[in-house]
Amino acid sequence: MKVLLSWLRDFAPIEGDPDELGEQLSDLGLAVEGMERLGEGLDGVVVARVLATRPHPNADKIQLVDVDAGDGEALQIACGAFNMKPGDLVPLATIGTTLPNGMEIGRRKMRGEWSNGMLCAPDEVGLGGDHSGILILPPDLEVGAPFAEAMGLAADVLYDLEVNPNRPDAMSVAGVARDLAARLGVPFTLPEPAVDEVPGERIRDVSVDILDPDLCGRFSARVIRGVTVGESDPAVARRLTLLGMRPINNVVDASNYVMLELGQPNHAYDLARVAGPGFRVRRARAGETIVTLDRVERTLTTDDLLICDAEDVPVGIAGIMGGADSEIGPETTDVLVEVAWFLPLAIAKTSRRLKLRSDASARFEKGCDPEIVELAHRRLAELLAPTGARLEAGLVDARGELPGREPVRVRTARINKLLGTDLDRDRVAALLEPIGFAPTPAGDHDLDVTVPSWRYDSSTEIDVVEEVARMYGYTKIGRRVPRSADAGHLTPRQHERRRLRALLVGRGLAEAMPMPFLAPGDLERAGLPGDGLTISNPLVAEESVLRTSLLPGLVKAVATNAARRNTGVALFEIGHVFRRPAPNGEEPPLPDEREMLGVALAGREAPEAVHTWRAVEETLDLAGVQVRNGPVPGLHPTRSAELVGPGGEAVGALGEIDPAVLEAHGIGERVAWLEVDLDEVARLPRTGRVYRPISVYPSSDIDLAFEVDDGVPATDIEATLREAAGDRLASLRLFDVYRGAGIAEGRRSLAYSLRLEALDHTLTDDEVAEIRRRAVEAVERAHPATLRG
Amino acid sequence: MSDDLSRTISGIEDEARARVAAATTLDELDALKTELLGRKSQLVALRQRLGSLDPDERRIAGKALNAAFETVSALLADRRAALEAEARRARLEAERLDLTEVLPGPGVGHLHLVTQAIAELEDLFVGMGYTVAEGPEVETDWHNFGALNFPEGHPARDMYDTLYVDYGKPGSTLLRTHTSPVQVRVMTSGPPPYYTVIPGRVFRSDTADATHVPVFHQIEGLVVDRDITLADLAGTIDAFTKAYFGGDFTSRLRPSYFPFTEPSAEFDIQRPDGTWLELGGCGMVHPNVLANCGLDPEEWQGFAFGFGIDRLAAARHGVADLRDLFTNDIRFLSQF
Repeated sequence: MKVLLSWLRDFAPIEGDPDELGEQLSDLGLAVEGMERLGEGLDGVVVARVLATRPHPNADKIQLVDVDAGDGEALQIACGAFNMKPGDLVPLATIGTTLPNGMEIGRRKMRGEWSNGMLCAPDEVGLGGDHSGILILPPDLEVGAPFAEAMGLAADVLYDLEVNPNRPDAMSVAGVARDLAARLGVPFTLPEPAVDEVPGERIRDVSVDILDPDLCGRFSARVIRGVTVGESDPAVARRLTLLGMRPINNVVDASNYVMLELGQPNHAYDLARVAGPGFRVRRARAGETIVTLDRVERTLTTDDLLICDAEDVPVGIAGIMGGADSEIGPETTDVLVEVAWFLPLAIAKTSRRLKLRSDASARFEKGCDPEIVELAHRRLAELLAPTGARLEAGLVDARGELPGREPVRVRTARINKLLGTDLDRDRVAALLEPIGFAPTPAGDHDLDVTVPSWRYDSSTEIDVVEEVARMYGYTKIGRRVPRSADAGHLTPRQHERRRLRALLVGRGLAEAMPMPFLAPGDLERAGLPGDGLTISNPLVAEESVLRTSLLPGLVKAVATNAARRNTGVALFEIGHVFRRPAPNGEEPPLPDEREMLGVALAGREAPEAVHTWRAVEETLDLAGVQVRNGPVPGLHPTRSAELVGPGGEAVGALGEIDPAVLEAHGIGERVAWLEVDLDEVARLPRTGRVYRPISVYPSSDIDLAFEVDDGVPATDIEATLREAAGDRLASLRLFDVYRGAGIAEGRRSLAYSLRLEALDHTLTDDEVAEIRRRAVEAVERAHPATLRG
Repeated sequence: MSDDLSRTISGIEDEARARVAAATTLDELDALKTELLGRKSQLVALRQRLGSLDPDERRIAGKALNAAFETVSALLADRRAALEAEARRARLEAERLDLTEVLPGPGVGHLHLVTQAIAELEDLFVGMGYTVAEGPEVETDWHNFGALNFPEGHPARDMYDTLYVDYGKPGSTLLRTHTSPVQVRVMTSGPPPYYTVIPGRVFRSDTADATHVPVFHQIEGLVVDRDITLADLAGTIDAFTKAYFGGDFTSRLRPSYFPFTEPSAEFDIQRPDGTWLELGGCGMVHPNVLANCGLDPEEWQGFAFGFGIDRLAAARHGVADLRDLFTNDIRFLSQF
């Protein structure tokens, strides 16, 4: 919402430094997003009329514009904008001018053609940030006049305010003035329009029928007669232009002016073109259509509210946009004005569904003031009066359901308890009264507060508490740091996650952060089932599928690096994946979401993934997870294994990425892969790291090499050895794997070193021999394995 | 002692001196030791003959022989030490390394910039007595909006460009637009008080450009106790500002609007040069939110605050384009 300081002053004697006023507005919750001091640095900028536009002979993105700068002569300007047409008035920075942004204007050649000055965009003359085209000025200005003077820019300030959804009142100049006046302690008045009414004739014929009173709380109509459609008063046109609206004609401009000033959208119909004349306000029928003012046909639902004429033909979508058929035209003489109140939620819904936002809908959806109807009618008539228009006496005023305005009990103690303040009841009342909240004492300490009709958002005690805080000033609130009675801490899981990250970083890996979105086909390209959950309203198709695994994202990251000549990258990620829950019984409220660890080691082979897994296993103190050889989707069919928990849980997988997947991603190196389900890991048993005493007696080593069928996993042999060696086994290590000469086809030699010790004595040769015998016998009995000689 | 014997001994000593000096290896020296001092050595042979001398002669000759033994032993020991020193010197010389000509090793890894920022912020709030809470990224509409006092169809929902997930009833499941649904999960999971921060990934339907990404990270604080006031919020924001940015930074609250807090505020921080940076949103937890989570708003009250992490982290390291954070180029990742 833009407001002009001079316009604010129509309602309150607001004085002070513009920067400080801006600070006050921000502290009132009307954040100043931009502030322009108008009329400064514009000497040398004049109003010019466009005479003709011609293509530049040597350039496409520049055109030649002939303008009259007041002397009747054609002056050639080279210009990069194309939004003006002959007859338009535009600001011309003449040669020698220095613009507010510091730009110096000289006579210069552009692509071989002289430019004798520069036509200005709004931002170049201090009128906001718009640089999309040249500023087109109201048509009534005097050609050649100094721009600042002609636009009434002398010593004014244009604030661009951010208005929150809970401040319908601040969607108007008057509402902003009310807030600021309250803060500054100066009186605020809404002037009563000076309008002479003429006896009503036509208004008597106007019928209004609210068929859906739940959506339309009030619908009033008045008639203004004898309108001559033409250009607006320059003062009106200037203010509209500065606030970002383009002047159209005096009737439309007056309507917009009232909306900006009072925050009340209104609609002016050509009375002669409204059948009846009269209105029926009703829900649309499913599939009913209307062509709106912007010439777009809109298809409606039964949630949308229509304004129809007396013959039930739609003339507008309530609160959002009028229809194309009853527009004010040059021949209009009598105007039928609609001022209404619609249910905010309904307007918001329709506006969102149609993706149609207007200045009117932006106000109606926040909640307009249902009591400002009469004032809005009269103000509109006042603005049109200079053209000879006359307001007919009489008002058609139909009522639907309006929000109740029961007083709200506000407890002073509650205010202080929430704000940490020490305000008494009188102070609270004094803060509320200037912004229209009417307090009356209740009991010894409290207040019954009637919320003003322009604050639709405000209806409960906490809403009033917020108003007290706002008017008191957030910057005056004290500062205190609360202390928890408990010590702050991370959970064991959060500590584990940090340890995991530290481990991987220590091993030289870099943490990547791929997007969790995938494109359709990405899962399949990564060798995974294409069963990811989808986004119903994706911005782009490339971001429409949720990942079910970290594999596609990390493989893409490896591919991105490879394509940039960064081979051999070692990446990891800890992130969430999303899966459809297994179909058993009732569907859970949310998909199956898990936290996973993914590790991709480019240029490394599968054993490196095993090393990484073992480091993870040790860091997280896991017990009983098995590496079980077998195919895993997305992984190399003969170099992959699943990680299986002691209860059969799917803890993860490791190996190498499937060469077909690598090829599909243009990756020319092997990629070792590990993925661990951290949610499963969190449920796994831990060894608990109970201290195992260290023996002071010398240990004995025995080395055993077995020839074992390829089909038997080395971990099975290891498990048998551990079992057989019993509690004398201090450590067990696979130190050699050999295939080739001397070993039968389909078998390999696995050589283990067992270190044996006892806590209370040095093992005797006999004891060691006995353990050795047991170990060999156990392996040979349990597996297709033989001890090598 | 006869002159003969005396000459013989000094002859042995002279010969030993010459031969020991000529020995060039430890093995040679060991053999020489056996020859000079061993059982078959001349000195041992002389000692065996001492018994044939009369007592006075024997005493004098014995003394001379002992001295000769010591002299030869010392010669051997000195030579051994010299040879060992030489051998060590040669061995060490052979091991000489130029420590400037070493090939690159495996190097260190790197935590993502955002992870580092999250950990720093978590630690800061843990130090203030907070715990860290987390929640799912795919959420129900109720947790993300309904429980947080966003009525169905309320314009405030337009403040978030929500991405919906095809799951359950249409519109019932979404990618969380903020970390605030975890507030609801915290408040419905156990009794107050709560002193909690909630870091996490959030989603908006936003076209990626230098300052916007559809996936980013927030951290959010929730404090609910019996006497938490707006002043506690202002003080906490200020304490955080000083701890994270530096003691010469200050903060302010400005009135704002969020459905789940009232009074609501934006908080800005002021740099030492006087300029302001809008950081995040905050406010007193709305009574409806407390009630939706089963708490009595007359008994419990508190505040919440939240802000984006990615921009802060990027700005701290001079990263101008937020998209760089998520491209996973090793040349980016390895700088932090």
